Amino acid sequence: MSGQPSTSAQPVLKTEDLVLYFRTTKGVVQAVDHVDFELDEGRAVVVIGESGCGKTSFAKAVLRLLPRNVHAYTGRVYLDGQDIMALDDEDFRLHIRWAKMSLVPQAAMNALNPVLRVSDQVAEPLLIHEKDVSREEALDRAREMFRFVGVPESFLSRYPFELSGGMRQRVAIAMALITRPRLIILDEPTSALDVLTQANIMNVLKKIKWETGTSYMLITHDVATSSELADDVAVMYAGQMVENADAESFFKEPLHPYARMLMAAVPKLRGDEDLEFIPGQPPSLLDPPTGCRFADRCPFRFDKCDQDPPLFLVDGRKVKCWLFEKDAQGVYGTQPAVATGD
Amino acid sequence: MTTMTQTAPQAAPASERPALLSVRHLKVWYELRKWGFGLAGYVKAVDDVSFDLHEGEAIAIVGESGCGKSSLMKAILGLVPPHDGQILYQGQDIFAGGRAGLRWYRSQVGYVQQDPFGALPPFMSVRRILEEPLILVGVKDRDERLARIRAVMEEVKLSPPEDFLNKFPHMLSGGQQQRVVIARAMIRNPKLMVADEPVSMLDASVRVEILKLLRQIQEEHNLAVIYITHDLSTVRYFSERIFVMYAGKVIEKASTDELLWHPQHPYTLALLNAISDPDAANARKLREVPPGEPPSLVTPPPGCRFHPRCKYAIQGECDVNVPPEFPTRPHHLTACWLYDERYAQQRQVLEDDLGDLA
Repeated sequence: MSGQPSTSAQPVLKTEDLVLYFRTTKGVVQAVDHVDFELDEGRAVVVIGESGCGKTSFAKAVLRLLPRNVHAYTGRVYLDGQDIMALDDEDFRLHIRWAKMSLVPQAAMNALNPVLRVSDQVAEPLLIHEKDVSREEALDRAREMFRFVGVPESFLSRYPFELSGGMRQRVAIAMALITRPRLIILDEPTSALDVLTQANIMNVLKKIKWETGTSYMLITHDVATSSELADDVAVMYAGQMVENADAESFFKEPLHPYARMLMAAVPKLRGDEDLEFIPGQPPSLLDPPTGCRFADRCPFRFDKCDQDPPLFLVDGRKVKCWLFEKDAQGVYGTQPAVATGD
Repeated sequence: MTTMTQTAPQAAPASERPALLSVRHLKVWYELRKWGFGLAGYVKAVDDVSFDLHEGEAIAIVGESGCGKSSLMKAILGLVPPHDGQILYQGQDIFAGGRAGLRWYRSQVGYVQQDPFGALPPFMSVRRILEEPLILVGVKDRDERLARIRAVMEEVKLSPPEDFLNKFPHMLSGGQQQRVVIARAMIRNPKLMVADEPVSMLDASVRVEILKLLRQIQEEHNLAVIYITHDLSTVRYFSERIFVMYAGKVIEKASTDELLWHPQHPYTLALLNAISDPDAANARKLREVPPGEPPSLVTPPPGCRFHPRCKYAIQGECDVNVPPEFPTRPHHLTACWLYDERYAQQRQVLEDDLGDLA
């Protein structure tokens, strides 16, 4: 793509112009709207945004876990350079989902099957995706994974209700890890947990990342906790990716006005600054505004905001905001064609 | 909008104001029965908790799930009779006056629930939701009720009220639903408000809005507020004092700034250490977390309930005797043996760790 910084390493995940629209009785919901995104190997990206901004739908679009009311599902998704949108559903299920990409779903601790022992649940993906693995070998691997995520081995033969929330969350992570995937998508992995448990789970995720080089996509609305894992940050707003930057510069100074206001709304433990909130509400995804979708709530709004901004490249960061047109070194992705600069 | 005169009580220190609510050696124990009969023991959800809440004072009760904070709240709301101990409202035991007494007491207390959608009846319009408490206290005149509803809705910034009166909860956003819950809590002009995790279900941007609204209402009405949360990072915006609970006991009581800057109890220290502020450096280090999980409340460990997880635990003391509250700093009480004079040496290790914090 034009203006893209040349990296020799291939991104683990790359999406081009990814679209996922849902059909509802009220009309078409534009849940994921032309998202261009990439994630390099061994890195963790956090996708942050308010509820209803499309972050979970984005994960579902990447994993092709689609509900029945899909209106449109187009664009390209590359995993290690392979175009996985071209695969049929059966190939995708066999060779991609859980074999190369796995998911820790939202409220995973309540997503476990209540009538199966946790060891069987953790071993199951292995039995399905690796044909030559016997049940014993799979259970051995499950034991190994339990050790890895810090669940006592004696818990293997327990049922989910016999475990605490934090332990169940670890079991869900073990289940996502067992096939040694390239990428793990974590959907709000800690939002239902207590602070100490949350810190514990984050420690587990960090150790896994350091030791195995697995890439993560962490979806959350909790900005403070997201910084525990983030190498990169992607901000979503109303179905679109509005900023994508490395964590270091993002947490120091977010660029997009929405990202700035979101950061200003995060309570700090010992800061003195006054908290601010974002007035208004996100637009309806049934009939979003044609220009910048944040314009109505944005204090920096000007004439140009009536047009849809592309993702401008600013010092290696991508920002979907006209304010950065002048500083931009180019435009990223397959956005609607807009002349760069003037 | 905010009348400054009404915030005047803040000038006087909280302790000099009259106590509105006093909790005295409160125990909330739930019976455990074997095969449906025969007492098999108790779940000691709240075990010997005492404190005073003054008029117009906002306190926060902080702790993990299962530490007993919700049971304490239920007892204060008069929903669970205590096993032992007393809850005094304006000097009167809330359970002494029978049903009529409780009914009057409940009209003095507003309750803001955690999950606004779950707390609002789905088949009732906003107007009916807000009207019902007024009918129950005997406001007969329809216009008077409507005027009161309008006033409260304006106050929680559901304006203009006409836009919301006939809506049902599912037609409102999360923030608006929580405003309706707050309006319902305020409709009878309570003196005390109990807010159970009022913002934990909301988005970050809305969270701040609701916290500010609660603070404003608290100041305008000189309300006493008990704010129950597991999130220490929001308490600073709301409360004057913090109580930290662990396994049914209050282990540390201090003013808000004092607690955040000078935590004394090893558990409080662990809690504070586990909270992240947004910073890219977080991703490069592991956080120190005490091992294990909170104990069973049926058979809590003897002595200090935190001792099995505490790296500073003193053999022969912490695992035997229940620590009393030591006045460790001004306006600061800590239930930890390390603050006994005999253990000054052991305390040094903790103080070195606390030094790193600042």
